[in-house]
Order: sequence, then structure tokens, then C-alpha cells
Amino acid sequence: MATTTADEPTRRDFIYIATGAAGAVGLGLLAWPLIDQMNPSAAVLALSSVEFDLSPVQAGQQVTVMWRGKPVFVRHRTPKEIAEARAVPVSSLPDQLARNANLPDSAPATDQDRMFKPEWLIMIGICTHLGCIPLDHEGDYGGYLCPCHGSQYDTAGRIRKGPAPENMYIPPYSYLSPTKIKIG
Amino acid sequence: MAGQSTYVPTTGFTRWLDARLPILRLANDTIITYPTPRNLNFWYSFGGILSFMLGIQIVTGIVLAMHYVPAANMAFDSVENIMRDVNYGWLLRYMHSNGASFFFLAVYIHIFRGLYYGSYKSPREVLWILGVIIYVLMIATAFLGYTLPWGQMSFWAATVITNLFTSIDQILPGVGTAIAHWLWGGFAVGDPTLNRFFSLHYLLPFVIAGVVVLHIWALHVPGNNNPLGIDVRGPQDTVPFHPYYTVKDLFYLCLFVILYAIVVFYLPNALVEPDNYVPANPLVTPPEIVPEWYLLPFYAMLRSIPQKLIGVIVLFGALAILLFVPWLDTSRVRSMRFRPLAKQFFWALVVDCLLLGYLGAHRPDAVFPGTGIPMLPFARLGTAYYFAYFLLILPLLGLLETPRPLPLTIATSVTGTGVEQVNAPAE
Repeated sequence: MATTTADEPTRRDFIYIATGAAGAVGLGLLAWPLIDQMNPSAAVLALSSVEFDLSPVQAGQQVTVMWRGKPVFVRHRTPKEIAEARAVPVSSLPDQLARNANLPDSAPATDQDRMFKPEWLIMIGICTHLGCIPLDHEGDYGGYLCPCHGSQYDTAGRIRKGPAPENMYIPPYSYLSPTKIKIG
Repeated sequence: MAGQSTYVPTTGFTRWLDARLPILRLANDTIITYPTPRNLNFWYSFGGILSFMLGIQIVTGIVLAMHYVPAANMAFDSVENIMRDVNYGWLLRYMHSNGASFFFLAVYIHIFRGLYYGSYKSPREVLWILGVIIYVLMIATAFLGYTLPWGQMSFWAATVITNLFTSIDQILPGVGTAIAHWLWGGFAVGDPTLNRFFSLHYLLPFVIAGVVVLHIWALHVPGNNNPLGIDVRGPQDTVPFHPYYTVKDLFYLCLFVILYAIVVFYLPNALVEPDNYVPANPLVTPPEIVPEWYLLPFYAMLRSIPQKLIGVIVLFGALAILLFVPWLDTSRVRSMRFRPLAKQFFWALVVDCLLLGYLGAHRPDAVFPGTGIPMLPFARLGTAYYFAYFLLILPLLGLLETPRPLPLTIATSVTGTGVEQVNAPAE
């Protein structure tokens, strides 16, 4: 091949490169279904939202609701817990974002931005470190203590101490009536 | 020692076969006549033991898969069915679950043997790297297998380990979570996760077997290292693999299997977390999540770091660093028998790994019983020493340490003539 000049591309070079490129694209097209099949399926994505009646939950109590395979904490906070959480300046928090799906991403982690009504903390009960379920009414801040690696959260579910990088997440939810919420 | 083949087919059939597929020649050259240093000791028998354990795990695993159901609502019950109703199911499952422990026990001895005798040094770097790859595949396989009974520890181990990937969110927001969802096939560990973990748990042992073939191939090109760490200089330094090492390996294999059998028959749950006999509950994390004993040192490292991403980097770094050991150790002397300082640091590393294993079984805020001394500083110190051994001590010692004089040949050292005769043929 190319006996006359060394650097002049020939028709054979072109065919060689074009075949190789078509093969690479074909491999990529074949690989994607093999990779994407592992992503959440249509059935999983179609999981409906959950409704929950708040009225039986007493002040100082917490119940857990399942939503999309995840536990959602519904915590009826006492006036003391509300006051403690509101007294914390945002600048002293390790994660200063509200992590609230109902607000813009840049919302600050004030207690007000973590919930719609001060008595009701509705939060995905998964530690942002490695996904364990924290224990409620535990730890130095009276909020949550993760048993796995010792992360501590306050009564608004904001990370205060330990390896977790972020506040626990607030799921999208809305009030259907003063005592009923819909998560998702 | 990949020398000339000495195989001579003696019958008509073997001559016919040898000209078409020299498989008997391969077997003869690798397990019969393979010239092996004559001074290999007890610590060199673990390669054979590991091959045996891989075989045990594959055979028991294939039959367990005939009864196991990889579905979230049936997995736990199907394991109980194996334990109670399937003929000899209890034996097969206990052999498999404890087999993993003994597999790791053997591999740790094998790895530390390699570190002590400098078996990773030139010309055996590729051999060592293949070994590290096997070890990482073993960890992945063991983790996947641990999730299958779908007990509390299974479920939460799956949750914690897959969540390690969400730490990527701290450098590439959203990417880590996307990877986690991809691994789970949902928004949390669940049915799709269990199903694919079973598929991969069945696959990986055969991948391991393939890399083992490469590992043995890479062993047979330069030949075995030996406790003296000096090169084989000629036939007087070696003996044929069979019968010398086949018998020696079998003897130690018998001792090892006796130990294994004692655990399988008399202490089958000694190494298991009792919480794994509680069915998986996505709403309740057990008071304490710990991995199986063989991963505790890495868990201690993870838990000793207060920052998520750095903790994960340290965890994977502790494994990745092993790949570079052949180039981090600058000493030209292989065996630590002749390295008075390196030997002490080596034993400190062994103690360090045992200490990390002990600390990994306890909560990060725990104190040593009866003393009130917190464990966390020791976990951090232990983690620091592990990395210092590979990144500082091995590179520096090669330059600073004065090794003791090496014997001239394996033969003179073994026969103990006292006179270091230079009768080896010139290379």
C-alpha cells in the first residue's frame, strides 16, 4: 500500500478508517441497551405517590411512611424542638442548603426552608453518608443519630456532626388538607 | 524456568494427541516436571489450598443455586428452605458460607507470604498484579454473595456499599446518585438489585478462575520465588513439582481442611452476624452494621475518616496501593530474612491489620473495654501506618537499610555444608 508516497492517504486508508469508525459506533449502539437495562425500569418509575393522614401523630412522635422504596419520616415536632432548630444560624451548619425538593436548589438551610409548617418535618429518612436509617430523638442535638457511622442531625434533619456531607433530603410533598399530605 | 518441554509421549494415542492438542504436554510440564525451588516451606502451600477453595466454592455454589430464589420476597425463605428441607442443604450452605471465610484466610496468608519474601519483585510484577486483581474480584464476589440471603446484614451491607458511589456527587453533582440508581435498578436497594447481584455472584467466580489461570501462567514463566529470595541457578536448586510439592501441598491441604471441617460442623455460625437471620427490613437499620471479618480492616479505615469522599478514596486506595508495591519497594533484596529492619516493619503491618480488623468491628465512638480509651485515634493511626508502610517505609528502607549477606545458591544453603561453594554453572 502507498508505495509511491508515504503520507498520501489512499482509498484503502479511507475504507479502513471508515470501517473502523462504523464498527466503533455499532459497538456503542449495542453496548447502550446492555448498560441501560440496569437503570430503574418503567414499572419502578411509575410508582405512585403516597397519601398520609397526620392527625394521629402526637407531638414528640415520629412515624415512617414508605415512598418509592424509601422511608419518609413524618415527625411532629414539639415547641422546644422547633425553638432549638430555629435558633441555629445557617452559617454554622456544615451543609447550608435546604435540600428541599419543593424549593429552588439554592434555598438556604434555615429551619423555615426545611418544611411548610413548623410542627411537621417531612423528610427522606436516609443518612446522606452511606444510606442507613438514622434513629430519631437520638444524638447530641435531639434529632437523629445514624447507627452506622455516627452522623448526627438536628431536629430539622440538618447534618451537624459526623461524616455525612449533606442534610437529609425533603421529598416533594403538598398538603391536601390541613391534616393530610401527599408525598411525591 | 519456562524451559524446554521434557514430555515424551509413549503410546500411539498420546503421540497422536500430542501432534493435535498438546494438552498432556501442558499438564506434564506444569504439574509434574515443573522445576520448583527445593527450599519452599509451609507458607508456599497456600496457592494449592486457594485453588482447592475456589473449587469448593464453585461446586457448592452451583448446587445452592439450584434451590435459591433471587427475589426479595422469597430469598430469605428459600435459604431457610435450603437449611431445613433440602437434603444436606445445611451442609452445602455452611460449606459455602464458611468456605468464603477460609478462602480469605488462605488468601491473606498467601498475600503476606508474598510481601515477606518479596515475591512481587522483578521478574514477578505481573504475577503479583494478577494476584491483586484476583483478591479484588474475591472481595466483590464475597460482597455480592453476602447480600443474597436477604437478611438484615445482607440488605444493609448492599445499601452501605452501593452508597459509596454517591460520594462521587461531591465532585460531580448528580453523577454518583445516577450510578447508585443504575446499580439498584430503582431508588433504593430492592428486588432488581438482588436479582442482578445473584447474576453477578454466579459470574465472577468463573472470571476469578480465568485470572487464576493467568496467575499460574505468570508464575511458571519466571518460576517460584523461594524463602531465600535468590534466583534458581541450575538443576541442583530445584526438584520436580511432582511428587515433592504435590505431596507437600496435599499434606498441608489436609490440615487446612480439618480446620475448615471443624468450623463447618461445630461452629458454623461463629463467623456470622446474628442479625443476618432477621429478614431484610428497609425501614430499620440494625444497631450496628459490620461486614464479615475479612473486610473489617478496610471498614475501620472508612469509619476513621470523618469526610465521606476522602473516606471512600482511602478505602479503595488501600486496595489500589497494592498494585504499585513492586515499584514502591526499592530494595534489591527480595526476602526479608536478609532485611533486619524491613522484617520488623512487616510484622508491625501484620499487627496493624489485625488491630484495624478489631477496631472495624466496633462503632467509631467506642472505647476499649474497661479502659475508657477511645478507639478512633487508634483507627486513624492504624490507617496512617498502613499507607506509610507502602508509601514511605518500603521506598526509604531500600535506600537506607543494609541487608545481610545473601547465600550464594539455594543448594548450598539447603544442604547446610557451611561452605558456600561456587559450583553453580555460570549464567
